[in-house]
This record gives sequence, structure tokens and C-alpha cells, in this order.
Amino acid sequence: MAIDDRNEVARHIVAMRPAASSLQAGRRGFLAGGLAGAAAGALLHPKLALAKGGENLPPNVPEWTKTLGSGVTEKQYGSPSAFEKHVVRRNVEWLTATEQSSINFTPLPDLDGIITPSGVCFERHHAGVPEIDPAQHRLVVHGMVDRPLIFTMDDLVRFPSVSRILFLECPANGGMEWKGAQMDGCQFTHGMVHCCEWTGVKLSTLLQEAGVKAEAKWLLAEGADGAAMTRSIPLQKALDDCIVCYSQNGERIRPEQGYPVRLMVPGWEGNVNVKWLRRLKLGDRPWQHREETSKYTDLMPDGKARQFTFVMEANSVITAPCPEKPLKFGKGFYEIRGLAWSGRGRIKRVDVSMDGGNNWHVAQLQEPVLSKALARFRLPWTWDGAPTLLQSRAIDESGYVQPTIEQLRKARGVNSIYHKNAVQTWRINANGTVNNVQIL
Amino acid sequence: MSRSSDRLKRLAARSAVALACLVGLPLADGMAQSTPPKPAATSVHDGVGRPATPAEIKGWDIDVRGDDGLGLPPGKGTAKQGEEIYLAQCASCHGEFGEGNGRWPELMGGKGSLTSDDPRKTVGSYWPYAPTLFDYIRRAMPFTAPQSLSDDEVYAVTAFILNLNDLWPMDAELDAAKLRSIKLPNRDGFIGEDPRPDTPVGSEPCMRNCRASPPKVTSDLAQRLGVTPDRKPKD
Ligand code: HEC
Repeated sequence: MAIDDRNEVARHIVAMRPAASSLQAGRRGFLAGGLAGAAAGALLHPKLALAKGGENLPPNVPEWTKTLGSGVTEKQYGSPSAFEKHVVRRNVEWLTATEQSSINFTPLPDLDGIITPSGVCFERHHAGVPEIDPAQHRLVVHGMVDRPLIFTMDDLVRFPSVSRILFLECPANGGMEWKGAQMDGCQFTHGMVHCCEWTGVKLSTLLQEAGVKAEAKWLLAEGADGAAMTRSIPLQKALDDCIVCYSQNGERIRPEQGYPVRLMVPGWEGNVNVKWLRRLKLGDRPWQHREETSKYTDLMPDGKARQFTFVMEANSVITAPCPEKPLKFGKGFYEIRGLAWSGRGRIKRVDVSMDGGNNWHVAQLQEPVLSKALARFRLPWTWDGAPTLLQSRAIDESGYVQPTIEQLRKARGVNSIYHKNAVQTWRINANGTVNNVQIL
Repeated sequence: MSRSSDRLKRLAARSAVALACLVGLPLADGMAQSTPPKPAATSVHDGVGRPATPAEIKGWDIDVRGDDGLGLPPGKGTAKQGEEIYLAQCASCHGEFGEGNGRWPELMGGKGSLTSDDPRKTVGSYWPYAPTLFDYIRRAMPFTAPQSLSDDEVYAVTAFILNLNDLWPMDAELDAAKLRSIKLPNRDGFIGEDPRPDTPVGSEPCMRNCRASPPKVTSDLAQRLGVTPDRKPKD
């Protein structure tokens, strides 16, 4: 992945491009609108002056109340309101040479709850999204097994099924922030994560069917895309909780998420959750393939690299306020909202600090808090209008405490690219805008 | 798959599976060290799936193991032959000398850079195993036409990329045995055991007056860099 391209990231972190950021543009629009409104209705309350299209506001009866809407045949497959066009995946053009081996980001600041709508789940492909005819797709299980097997999609759906709500996070999430705060948006600092309900057959069911030989210790999962993506997975994990999935959020998996069948490896780095799954091979040790040597390995300051760092450690981020969600109403009440997750199990607690980590407040966790799924946290807050350093800190059921960026750097330096799960700091400025910063 | 008409046998197999499931479920996500559960003696779900034929498997069984080259096919090629293929089918992205055009990946150089501020991870500086190169090219390259090269061509172009990294002579023939015997410079550069958690864990984190000194912003370039994409949707 070219996110791995340190030259690029380094080049960009020093490049001071004059381009206006989205937030700046947004703020200008917001202020301009406000001023125009104030001029037009000098005697109105400033909040009322902001409202446009007043013809649909009380005491008037809105247009949509006085007309007939569209019928049940209009949209056989529904889509979001036309007013929600800004809720989209976005990519960072300069990150990669090509759109086919690239990444885009989940619009976390625009989402509520813990389920990510399928259409905005971040995408990472190594050779684009294949268009696979499920009737011509097969899954082969072979290698160190008693009975090499081949399954059609009908076969996979026929097996006893399970459903589970799981987060999936690319280990490069936040990878652009190791050396310093670079991306001024929550979508880009944390958006390589999504959480869906996944349905399929347990991998252990398929492996039992094939009969795993005693010498087998690892499994190779391979995709049917143009990258024929492969990763080695320890058999113990494969038998523990992996699922061979054909459904996502109640419908068949979206093409970009692996249609017609993908592997879900709960709590482990996204890359091992092989999409467009076509082959599972049992062996006695890892395959040392490109995606587990050249990539997805964590370079330490001494020049050695950690391999097979599968678990996604606890992470959290405040999704409101954040750079995309400024405090646009000035001082007063706001609910702080965010997400926390851990590949080691359940989130036990999330703490929020409004003073750069000096004092912490326990946030409310929305039930259900599920193992290896996103957890939603909230904290009511009244902003006094002063500049604020806002942070969240996740603690999971294993007792793991989300580290600060300094703690992470002390342990791993700044060249590891992957597994950056440090506490995020948002700086709220006196005018209510929010920026990504790092603090000591 | 082999089907038993004997109902009792099937029941026995099923309970063996259930038992296996019980013993094989560790709570922690660890590596595969413990013995896997015993395989079921026979198929459990009658009529679901069928045996894969050797021919079916052969067509898809393309993996080559990095550390010992298990799975390397017969075939051979020289770097000289590989150069021709490379210039025609690879250089447009990876550069004539493997330097990488623009943001396309570089395939050479970077030696001694892994401890620097700007580590460059290439076949020559970072990859631990040579057979992995064969495996990757055969499955994924050239980018726009994967799995289009013959095994001989993959050997040849593998030899050429090794040559770009001063790891293989131009005229010598590379085959499975020779590829296995090549030791890449960063062979011992990897730690296979995950040492995490490697940050403070387990202690109750501080809740009140936790800071010795007021917070100092060490990095606030983000809003000035201008590298964050626009919020406007694409139409
Ligand atoms: C159209 C551009 C393009 C062409 C042509 C191309 N590649 Fe690539 N190559 C890529 C991209 C993009 C990647 C990274 C893919 C990814 O990570 O998902 C890559 C990755 C590689 C890598 C792995 C680099 C690393 O260090 O991990 C090797 C080796 C490679 N290509 C060899 C070749 C060979 C050999 C050819 C010709 C037969 C070739 N490529 C042709 C675009 C190209």
C-alpha cells in the first residue's frame, strides 16, 4: 500500500500546500451565510436569521405536507435522502499511485450508533473490485486435510450459519500520524474502520468437514481478485472464531467488501480478512508471502520489523466534535460522541478529557457493548467557549489502556506505519473550529 | 466427500466434533502453538460440498512458500531474458532500473535505510525471502494483467529484479533450486512473535490531576498542510 510510502508521507508532511481545507471552506460559507442573514433581518434573533427557505417553517405549512410523495415502485432499492450527499467515502489522492490499489475512508463523523451502512464502509483493494458471478465462484479447502473439498455458494449457504457484529480495521488506520498531526479530519485519521453484522458459516465447520491433519498449524487464505491476495492465519485462530461470510448487514456482501464470500477474522487486522475468498490451504507454518513480509510488518527503530502483529489493540476517537463537526453554535450544550473498539474483546470503559489529559471523565457506553465490535460512547458537555484539548481513552476487558502517542513512539519509534492506536487530541479553538493536533 | 450410511457412525463423528470445538477455544488471540482439535472422522454435513479433484486444485494451487520455496514449479530463466520482459511489461510503473516511476513502488535500493528517517523497503533492503518474489509476481503482476506470465517468464523477471539489487548475475539461469538457495540481505530482519502489548497496561489509569505540567501542542501542522481532502461529494 502506498500509505507505506514514507517518502510520500514525509514529502507531504513538509509540503505546505496553500489549498483551502474543507473546513476552511465550510467555515467561510457558514460565516458568509450568517452575515448575509443578519443584514437582511437586522431585528431577528441571530439564530432565526440563519434559517433559509423559511417558507417551509412554522407558522407556514411546508410544501411536502401539501403534496403527494413518490410511490412504492419508485425505488426498488432505497438510497439515502438527497440531503445526505455529503455522507460518502473519501479517498486521499496523493496517497497512492492508482485507484485500484488504494484505500478510502468511512465518514465516521456523519454516522451514529455502531453499525456502518454497507455503502460507506471503507474500501481497501490491491487490484480493484472484481465482479464475480456467484454461480461461477468456488471455495476450495485443501492442503493438510483428510478430504480436499470444493464448495459452491449454495453449499456455503446451506451449512449451519452464524451472525456476529464485528469491527474491521485496516492496520494502517492512523498510519499517516506517526510523525505528527497530518490529516485535519476524523474521516482520515480514523476512517479505515467499519462495523457490520456479518453472516456466514464458521470456518471451523468447513475445516471439520475437510478434516484437518494433526501436523497442520497454519492456514493460507487466498482471494479471487487480480491480486490473488494471500495471508497466513494461525490454525488456532481459524478454529476459534473466524467466519466465512456471505452476508453483511442482512444482505449479500457488497462487491467492494468481498462479494460473494469473504473471511472475517474477528479483532484482527483488516488485511487478513481476505475478500473474494477462493481458497483455504492448510500447512504447518506461515507462507511468508508478500503481504506478511514486505507489507503489514511493523518496522522498529533498530531496523528490525515485527511480523504477524495481528490483533488490533484498543482504539477510540471522538466523532463529534472533530474537524468536520465544529462547535458551530458557540458556547453552550453539546454531546460529546465517539467510538471505541478493541480486537481483544469488549470495551470496558471510555474516559474523556477536556484539558489535554489532566482530568478524565467516564463516558456513557451505549448498550449492547459487544466483543470486537465498535462501541458508542457519549458524554454531555457544556462548552464555555475557551480553547479546549479534547481526548478519549479506551480501556478494554483485558485491562489494556489506549496509549498516548508519546508512549507509542517510545515503544516503537515513528516508522512502523501500522497499528497506530494512540489517544487522539482535537483542539477546539475559541471560534468553535476543531483541528487535529498532537500534544506532549 | 465420503459419506457414511451408518447413522451411528455419523452421530459418533458429530460428538467428536463437538468435543473438539470445546477443547480448541482459547480466550486469548494467540498464535497457533497448541495442538489443533482432532479432525472429524467423516463428513458431518451430508451432501454439502464435494471432493475437490486434483485437476481443480492444480489450477488454483499457485502458492510458493517463502522460506523454503515449497510449491516452486519447474522452469527457468536468466536475468537477461527477464530484462526484456521487464522493460516491456513492468518498467512503465516500476522504472527502468526498478527505481519506481512517481508513486509506483520501487523494486531496488534502500539498503541501509531501515534505521533512517526515511526507510525504503524493497526486495533488496527489506524482503526476507527470495521465493516470495516468485510467488508475488506470478499471482499479482503485471498489475493490469495478473497471472498472464508463464513460469519461465516469472523465473526470468524474478532473476532480473534480483539482478537490479545486485543479488543475481545477468546471465546465470535461475530455477527453483537456485531461487531457494538465495539468501536475501534482510533475511534475519523480522521478529515473528508479537511482543504487544508493549505500552503500559493493566494499571488503573489516572483520573484526576494527571499531568505534571500543562499540555504542550507539539504538532499542529494538520490544518495548514492542506493535504486533507475536501468535504464536497463527487457528482
Ligand atoms: C500498471 C503499473 C504496474 C505494472 C505494469 C507492474 N506493476 Fe508491479 N506493482 C504495481 C503496484 C500498484 C504494486 C503494489 C500493489 C499493492 O500493494 O497492492 C506493485 C507491486 C510490485 C511488487 C512488490 C513490491 C514490494 O516491495 O512489495 C513487485 C515485486 C512487482 N510489482 C513486480 C512487477 C513485475 C515483475 C512487473 C512486470 C511483469 C510489474 N510489477 C508490473 C504496479 C505495476
